[in-house]
Amino acid sequence: MTTASTMTEETQPNSRVIGLKMSGALKESGEREALLEKIDSVRQIDKAKLKINDLSFYYGKFKALHNVTMQIPDKQVTAFIGPSGCGKSTLLRIFNRMYDLYPGQTTSGEIMLDDQNILSPSVDVNMLRAKVGMVFQKPTPFPMSIYDNVAFGVRLYESLSKADLDERVEWALQRAALWTEVKDKLNQSGAALSGGQQQRLCIARGIAVKPEVLLLDEPTSALDPISTTKIEELVHELKSDFTIAIVTHNMQQAARVSDFTAFMYLGKLVEYDQTDVIFTNPGRKETEDYITGRFG
Amino acid sequence: MSKYQTRKLINYFNLVASLVVTALGLFMLAWILSVLFSKGFQYINWAVFTQMTPPPGSAGGLLNAIFGTLVITFFAVLIGTPIGIMAGTYLSEFGGNSRFSSTVRFINDVLLSAPSIVVGVFVYTLIVEPQGHFSGWAGAIALAILVIPVVVRTTEDMLKLVPVQLREAAAALGAPRYTVTLSIVYKAALSGMITGVLLATARIMGETAPLLFTALNNQFWSSNMNEPIANMPVVIYQYALSPYEDWQNLAWAAALLITLSVLTMNIIARYTLKGSSSR
Repeated sequence: MTTASTMTEETQPNSRVIGLKMSGALKESGEREALLEKIDSVRQIDKAKLKINDLSFYYGKFKALHNVTMQIPDKQVTAFIGPSGCGKSTLLRIFNRMYDLYPGQTTSGEIMLDDQNILSPSVDVNMLRAKVGMVFQKPTPFPMSIYDNVAFGVRLYESLSKADLDERVEWALQRAALWTEVKDKLNQSGAALSGGQQQRLCIARGIAVKPEVLLLDEPTSALDPISTTKIEELVHELKSDFTIAIVTHNMQQAARVSDFTAFMYLGKLVEYDQTDVIFTNPGRKETEDYITGRFG
Repeated sequence: MSKYQTRKLINYFNLVASLVVTALGLFMLAWILSVLFSKGFQYINWAVFTQMTPPPGSAGGLLNAIFGTLVITFFAVLIGTPIGIMAGTYLSEFGGNSRFSSTVRFINDVLLSAPSIVVGVFVYTLIVEPQGHFSGWAGAIALAILVIPVVVRTTEDMLKLVPVQLREAAAALGAPRYTVTLSIVYKAALSGMITGVLLATARIMGETAPLLFTALNNQFWSSNMNEPIANMPVVIYQYALSPYEDWQNLAWAAALLITLSVLTMNIIARYTLKGSSSR
């Protein structure tokens, strides 16, 4: 049913190490050792879905992202944390080339999705967005029925029979843990749902297209705590099928839902590691200061 | 006097002043409506809707004028609306703040406040004079020129009210630009756009000056848009200025009818907009 599980264990023992941002030379050997240790801990990534190489981003002349290099593991949850304006949302919006909508926003560097550089001008942006779905901060139900909301993206790419489309809509709503709540009112307007339900509707709409990567841009910041919990549980559920990148300014949320965490500050990737390492034994002072609440 | 007291006094003064001005405006409106009703209502009868405009001194109705106004208005809206919606869509969705769009926007605002008689003279020289005769089509085109700026303005405003996030959400699903505009943005702004068209319709229904130079008038029944065609505003204009009492009475009836239709249009437009925004 799902697109998942087709690529089984390609477990490469000495697989690619996810990028660690090392700014400045490593002078002290102690630091070097710590780093090597970290690389070991990071080795558990078997397969990178997105490989970001020396990525910079410009709003006009202003450089908003500075030479980010990292790898986002397949079928895992990667969280991006950092204070407001650090560039975490900007980075996320590059993964599906959202910035293309706005003139004057440019990138340099490359992002490999599997083996394709998604920043290349020859990439069909709409096909890319079918592979890389996105859910936004504010729930954005389209002004149409719940059913049509979920079917909207599917109809763009596939001509399914009524029965197949019904099945796909039900599948997506079930995966988004919304089916039981809406199955009797699929023809009602999506705007009539509560905020939390609307956000799960947006997730259902995103996964109905069967993307490979799901980008979540602060998906719970406009929601109440109960809805937030539901979305977090959902993220856990979904990572079996999708590679998930989530931006959040809620550190507890990052700690709860993610496998890897990237800490960004002033447009730079400061530290990137397994989530428990970031939160228990961060390698850099800025990270520690941020997660302990000393600044932010 | 303390600063706070001064502020309170200014607040009080402004409140009273705006109340007085509002009351004045409402009073004028009520006055116009009451005069129209008291003078016009008694002349509204079955004959008004079933008989043609009469020669002086005999009984008649307004049927040909009512029909003419409906037809001219219909074609004016039919011609003006697509142009207005497309231009408004361009300004909101594609033009951005480019020099070209700012120019278009400025010219549209000029057109919005252009005296309608100028539009009448313009269409007169453009169509009536070369053709050698007045016609319903010329009237419809003159009124269409008045429809366009209203629809452009409301369409652009209503589309701009649609949150950017909605467009981004649709684009993030891989929807091409035209799909985003047609299936998402239009859908979200539909009631506002309909309101704009209704307001434009209300605006042109009572326009007299452009029709004097274009459709003129016709005493008889005519459904031929290539000929002069009767219409309510010009009938009111001619009959109200005439020395014949029957004609003056019919003018009152026509004035009341046209005011009521414009009022109804405006109320429907309000209702459409309100119904959607509360959803």
